[in-house]
Amino acid sequence: MMSDQPMKTVVDQALERYGHKDTALVQILIAVQDELDWLSPDTMTQIARGLDIPRPRVEGVANFYSFFHTEPRGRYRVLFSDNIIDQMAGSRALYQRMLERFGCQPDKVSKGGLVSIGLTSCTGMADQGPAILVNGQAIPRLTPDLLDQVCQLISTLVPVGSWPAELFEIDTNIRRAEVLLALPVVPGDALKAAVNKGVQGFFAEMERSNLRGRGGAGFTTAVKWRAARNAPGDQKVIICNADEGEPGTFKDRVLLQSYAARVFEGMALAAFAVGAKQGFLYLRGEYRYLVPSLQASLDQLRAQGLLGTSILGVEGFDFDVEIFLGAGAYVCGEETALIESLEGKAGKPRIRPPFPVTHGYLGRPTAVNNVETLCKAVEIALRGGEIYRGTGTRQSTGTKLLSVSGDCARPGIYEYPFGVRVAQVLEDCGAEDPLAVVVGGASGVCLSDNEFRRRIAFEDVPTAGAFMVFGRQRDIVDVAVNFAHFFAHESCGFCTPCRVGTALVAANMDKINNGRGTRYEINELRDLRNVLATTSHCGLGQMSMVALGHMLEKFRPAFNRRLKSLEFEPGFDLDQALAISRRITGRDDEAAHLGAET
Amino acid sequence: MTTIENILMIDGVPVSFEPGQSVLEAALANGIFIPHLCWHPDFGAHGSCKLCIVIVNGRNGSACTIKAMPGQEVFSNTPELGERRRTLLQMLFVEGNHFCPGCEKSGDCKLQAHAYEEEMLNPHFNQFYPNRPLDGSHPDILLDLNRCIMCELCVRASRDVDGKSVFGLSGRGRASHIVVNSPSGKLADTNISVDDRAVHVCPVGAILVKRIGFAVPIGERTFDKAPISELGLDLGVAAPVEETTE
Repeated sequence: MMSDQPMKTVVDQALERYGHKDTALVQILIAVQDELDWLSPDTMTQIARGLDIPRPRVEGVANFYSFFHTEPRGRYRVLFSDNIIDQMAGSRALYQRMLERFGCQPDKVSKGGLVSIGLTSCTGMADQGPAILVNGQAIPRLTPDLLDQVCQLISTLVPVGSWPAELFEIDTNIRRAEVLLALPVVPGDALKAAVNKGVQGFFAEMERSNLRGRGGAGFTTAVKWRAARNAPGDQKVIICNADEGEPGTFKDRVLLQSYAARVFEGMALAAFAVGAKQGFLYLRGEYRYLVPSLQASLDQLRAQGLLGTSILGVEGFDFDVEIFLGAGAYVCGEETALIESLEGKAGKPRIRPPFPVTHGYLGRPTAVNNVETLCKAVEIALRGGEIYRGTGTRQSTGTKLLSVSGDCARPGIYEYPFGVRVAQVLEDCGAEDPLAVVVGGASGVCLSDNEFRRRIAFEDVPTAGAFMVFGRQRDIVDVAVNFAHFFAHESCGFCTPCRVGTALVAANMDKINNGRGTRYEINELRDLRNVLATTSHCGLGQMSMVALGHMLEKFRPAFNRRLKSLEFEPGFDLDQALAISRRITGRDDEAAHLGAET
Repeated sequence: MTTIENILMIDGVPVSFEPGQSVLEAALANGIFIPHLCWHPDFGAHGSCKLCIVIVNGRNGSACTIKAMPGQEVFSNTPELGERRRTLLQMLFVEGNHFCPGCEKSGDCKLQAHAYEEEMLNPHFNQFYPNRPLDGSHPDILLDLNRCIMCELCVRASRDVDGKSVFGLSGRGRASHIVVNSPSGKLADTNISVDDRAVHVCPVGAILVKRIGFAVPIGERTFDKAPISELGLDLGVAAPVEETTE
């Protein structure tokens, strides 16, 4: 909300709050924008001076993250989650309705500086969409009536902090619970068990469990922790990656909302194993509403002696956690991009090796773990690795949380032992005769109905947790178009193939979607897929055409229906090409059109 | 005790290397050219242009960022990798506004030289025609971001050699762009000087010194004399290309 204080005071307060540390640049920009609504050139100059860093760094960070605005924005900033699942729930119609209501263009300020309205990538509410963010606060389950209420609140200048609390109520929608979600855990028990076993004893349990990272890559947790422990350097760091940006996933949100103490205890376990004293929870900006409850949980754990100095009375076992907010960048889910962001920079993936376990946050040995992985460590500390690996499959032990959304009766969180068949999940969530399932989000895999007997596991269908169901009434091309634009929007721009390639993929998809594509565009997509997969700097570009490629292979008739020609006829529309000239000259008469006979 | 020799194979040719060298450095030092734009001997690996893409022991990677190791099997000069490099060059051409015939840097431009080298006959993709500003505010230096390829060599040179941090990369994805260190955003309001290393390190024509654009006529420029695959070998490690153009 626009502050009455002068800019310099606002900046000074933010700098003070973060001790004038340039590593906190992202946090400082968030704090300043909260007060001033946007980051003006003068504001950026002031921050650069205050931190004694070059101005281009401030400008570079401000222009990198979606939630920062370097052009004026309204006092109320509304962002509609634009994931395909939100779209299927009617988000675009609501978006149009709101734009019309305030008579403004997307991402521009309405008259009098009241409101600005735009789209954003999936906000992690696919089970309760359509969802929006208002000044960073999440509102789910939007209906036309609720939207009108929101518009009314904005029109009457009610501060977001005073809006009815029920607008902001986020459901957890836990539909199926196994050991992670159902096991009653007393905070501290897992830590006590680990301390009693000693570091090597706890490592033995972790190794026996064969726990693999739940963020998608599936790296063995014990190996990562041991590498960080053995790395030279005595200032070690534990980072919990809560930048859950994969479209269609929201299980980390539920864990952070309802199982926060367990997440933090998992971090303390990691710190015990690695020998780390410093911890960060990197929370995606979309989940900002969780900060107060997370802080309360941290305070409670500190009061219980489970965080802080001499944890559980063990001399030298010191560890605490700081919460850092992201500001709208999917790529920060990549661990080295996340670390860059934590250091107050644009979230661009580093060259690997060296890996974070040896050179992470500020060059210190750093273990980055997913929220769910850390919760699993608590389970292993409590019950031992032997019991843990008794569920799941040989290569994928334990249980997995799935974020189920889309065309099904009961969207929400489902916990299954690894190895569960896709068909089982579909039956449990009430998906009748689905057309396709996208497992693992936009960078995951797309399965058609003859593959529903496949299993969720690292050795078959791996996933970070997204499980999006598409019914027969859907057109898979819409999903492909949505994914293509998602990657073009989220590419960090560092490497050539991803920066340009994702934009080319989106342009080709649009051409097909608009009925002007031919075989040529299909072939182009195939070639781009090859270049993106083999030359991109990080997983974002490498994986950006995996699900899209599956769709093109498995649902070709859906694409062919949109093609102008199945042959290689040029897809050039002469009349369409004149559209810009018509707009410039203000003409729309018959002579300003070409090829009416086609 | 047997010692492991510091030798790797590039396209079937044994290549010796010094410990600590990258695959690219080892190749160049041994007279094998691997195309590269964002790598520079004085500024090290950046890994963004991806032109030096190679296959090392069956895995794709950038030759500038992969450390040379004994026994590595590297493929670089293959039809498949040539095709990928051509595509990457085409991507760089269409994302900016590159009008070679009217560009002062023509003949001295590494992007253009690589396009010839890789036999890039057309841009293939639709042009993006981005709207990028031209900054002529500085009395001696022209900044034309239409030709920028985001290699960040100017960023690195200004920060690491000149100690000024005049340049920085801003934005995200396709909106990535170079910004300069002044509240006005104009080059004239920075402390850049025409003698700065950053002014002379640009591999393309994005940063130009004014009034010398055609001092050397077209036809007598660096890559008019020999292709980059030959010159790059002589100049790549010892003396960077830009110094011959002054």
